[in-house]
Amino acid sequence: MNSDDASLLRDPPRSAPSPPARLSRRAFLTASVTAGGGLLLTLHLPAAARAAGAPAGRPASAEINPFISIAPDGIVTIMAKNPEIGQGMKTTLPMLIAEELDVEWKNVRAKQAMLDPIYGPQFAGGSVGTPLNWIPMQQVGAAGRQMLIEAAARTWNVPLAECDAAKGLVRHRPSGRALPYGTLARKAAALTPPELDSVTLKNPRDYTIIGKFTGGVDSARVLDGDRLFGIDVIVPEMSYAVYEKAPVFGGRVVRANIEEIRALPGVRAAFIARGSAPDAAIEMGLVDGVAIVADRWWDAEKARRKLRVEWTAQHRPRQSTQAFEQEAARLMQGAAHSILRRDGDVDAALARAAKVLKASYSYPFLAHATLEPQNCTAHAKPDGSVEIWAPTQNPGAGARLVARTLGIDPGKVKVHMTRAGGGFGRRLQSDFMVEAAMIAQRTGRAVKLLWDRTQDFHHDAYRPAGFHAFTAGLAASGKPVAFRDHFVTFAQNGRVASSANLPRDHFPAGYVPSLEFSQSLIQLDVPTGPMRNPGGNALAFAFESFIDELAHAGGLDPLALRLDLYGPPRVLPTPPSQGGLRIPPFDTGRVRGVLELVARKSGWSRRTALPAGTGMGLAFYYSHFGYVAEVVKASVNPDGTPRVHKIWAAVDIGRQIVNPAGAYNQVQGAVLDGLGQALHLLITVENGRIVQGNFDTYHLLRMDEAPPVEVHFLLSDNEPTGLGEPALPPVLPALCNALFAATGTRIRSLPINRLHSHGTTT
Amino acid sequence: MRYTIRVNGRRRVVESDADTPLLWVLRDDLRLTGTKFGCGIAYCGACTVHLDGVPARACVTPISAVGTAAIVTIEGIGRSEWGRRVKSAWLDLDVMQCGYCQAGQVMSATALLAKNPRPTDADIDEAMSNNICRCCTYTRIRAAIKRAAGLPAGDTREADHE
Ligand code: FES
Ligand code: FES
Repeated sequence: MNSDDASLLRDPPRSAPSPPARLSRRAFLTASVTAGGGLLLTLHLPAAARAAGAPAGRPASAEINPFISIAPDGIVTIMAKNPEIGQGMKTTLPMLIAEELDVEWKNVRAKQAMLDPIYGPQFAGGSVGTPLNWIPMQQVGAAGRQMLIEAAARTWNVPLAECDAAKGLVRHRPSGRALPYGTLARKAAALTPPELDSVTLKNPRDYTIIGKFTGGVDSARVLDGDRLFGIDVIVPEMSYAVYEKAPVFGGRVVRANIEEIRALPGVRAAFIARGSAPDAAIEMGLVDGVAIVADRWWDAEKARRKLRVEWTAQHRPRQSTQAFEQEAARLMQGAAHSILRRDGDVDAALARAAKVLKASYSYPFLAHATLEPQNCTAHAKPDGSVEIWAPTQNPGAGARLVARTLGIDPGKVKVHMTRAGGGFGRRLQSDFMVEAAMIAQRTGRAVKLLWDRTQDFHHDAYRPAGFHAFTAGLAASGKPVAFRDHFVTFAQNGRVASSANLPRDHFPAGYVPSLEFSQSLIQLDVPTGPMRNPGGNALAFAFESFIDELAHAGGLDPLALRLDLYGPPRVLPTPPSQGGLRIPPFDTGRVRGVLELVARKSGWSRRTALPAGTGMGLAFYYSHFGYVAEVVKASVNPDGTPRVHKIWAAVDIGRQIVNPAGAYNQVQGAVLDGLGQALHLLITVENGRIVQGNFDTYHLLRMDEAPPVEVHFLLSDNEPTGLGEPALPPVLPALCNALFAATGTRIRSLPINRLHSHGTTT
Repeated sequence: MRYTIRVNGRRRVVESDADTPLLWVLRDDLRLTGTKFGCGIAYCGACTVHLDGVPARACVTPISAVGTAAIVTIEGIGRSEWGRRVKSAWLDLDVMQCGYCQAGQVMSATALLAKNPRPTDADIDEAMSNNICRCCTYTRIRAAIKRAAGLPAGDTREADHE
């Protein structure tokens, strides 16, 4: 992944999706025959595309990495090039190929590809898996189909135009003769594959796989307990490792009771390791620590609990959430450090406004808390190479970090992507990979590194906290005429911390005549990074709640105010492309479409008839090219905690839902993920370290709190875009807006149950 | 210490310290890696196994406490009628996302149904709230339990496209 791709992950384009990438004219397929007489189709990317897309700068491997292989028995093996983290790409990408290849899904086997430049970009992030691959994968399948038809026509010596393919068979229409793909594979392997841009794709009406409910390709194996996840990897002669790091970020080892640890049962090695750079903690690289390698993980873990390490003092006074809150309150009183955007004259517009509102909003740091703790298996070979098995979202970045840190040639790092027990952005970082590789290199063996849950909580790249001081002026009609946000956020290494920025074009910028976004910065020693819908997962709560406040203050229906602000359906100017994606124009008609749909499905216009104490709240958010509106119906339990009755989501991600099963799962999962964040989730910093260390203090949503989530897709005539992230943000403000409607109490600080939770409060 | 335990109907002899959690005996000694590690403190349910049919958290069950109890893990649950039905309902509804919690979910759901073949929503809440799903597949877990029980599931995917 190059820096353009990385920017997609960190700061997903806010005004974005569409005519997605086509494979460059210079990308081409080659065909070859397998030992068993099957057909192998291999995709070759032009050098430029490789440089841009391929993670590790290593040469195409000598192994064959076919996209498609067709065996003589008709079984089609399709490589799934991207990591599988629960987003469903291992199912979706092969569906795209299989549709155009015209084979029966039951005869398709999806196989996880390794990291290899031949596949182009291989990562899971930014909800770009579908928009980047939608056309290219179909083209690969269609090219294969065309070759099989040609092989049949040659066999029968008939014109191409008289032949057709379906369900893994080529038919000669006039004679009714048919040959299965498996039989044709060897002959097709001798043909020259067509230019990818020359192939014709199907009419969507003829789809037999795309758009059909398709279960995950590995689900049955997961339920059989097969070894699929990173934590399950077993390689010969493997030992188990743990790695203890400083509780305060950036701390270095002064000394440790290494000799004592080495003498413990089962321990094979224990040593102090040095971090790679002073700011490695912030950059999620290799940091100082103590490694313990043992015959079993439990032996290593027991030894770790006996470790006594002295860490260096910190260079700055110890940081804390409480101090951040005080600092933010102080900064909000003064002039902002910088102006991000200024339209019109906000002060003058406020002076003329019929009504002025002020409100401050804040949200906390959050941890990713993937249910599979960070882990990685690495095998250091005598020739200096390292083979890695990792549950990673970003294998290329991981390989580069390993090569750089260990001082080895990038070509000597081989990465297997395992299934990952959740990603949510955590596994875009590669800290666990470099730790495992370092321990393998130092001990010259194969090791499986596994973090315990507390380490996982204490060494994350957290979703940054943030503070907003809003001021708005309303006209007599209730419509906002002035809007100001003084955003207090965090800085690291002289720039805004990762995923802690406010985009200049964030709504309502461009829709309110006088508007100012300004920013002030607090220095931060805690690492931050992208978490599912970076930016949006925090900003939506603040902005869409304040918009709701404006509607109530102006006596307007929150739905009507949004429709009015976005205005009549129109397409705004197209921004430039980003990271290989052509960015489609922003279409206010699509905003209107999902708002009206969710209102209709939820019975929004009849909400005043709800019993006293029950309310409905609405929010809309555009992110990752997706348009999503959500309504929450909620009341309050006798103990003051919210009770969510039901959630409705209306989603516009274009004209085609590739896999409805996966698509509904992503929306339901994202909505409930956001609900849990709003209700419970909180990471606090005290004395420079993270307080919460396990699920007893970090309250992920549970079954008894999960309401029904009704999902509706609005199929608009636009290219299909991604769904891992866009459905998350609206639920947070929609819930808070519902609670306001139910109780008259406005929630301006998350999480809602901060006072009710038995975790630490600040 | 040497322990003889019964796992999925098979006698297994393991050499282990008395305080080693059953989870690590299963995963690292017996290489039954289907049972997952999530928290180590009985808060997430990823490590749920059955001891004599009762769901137990393997991460806090020392090997010395297992005794003669019959241990069933995700690798063996499909051999029981309820286990088979639960797994097939899970696949029919495409319950999982990342799948990491699902071994534990299936073990808890199977134990629930074996005891209570017609669970109410409240029963499901009670039996399943010890199992965290970070991907939040709860709506479909509920529906799949009802499907396995032969109860109307009230499909959670409202499939009408506009
Ligand atoms: S790992 Fe045992 S309950 Fe979480
Ligand atoms: S499916 Fe991912 S944790 Fe449950």
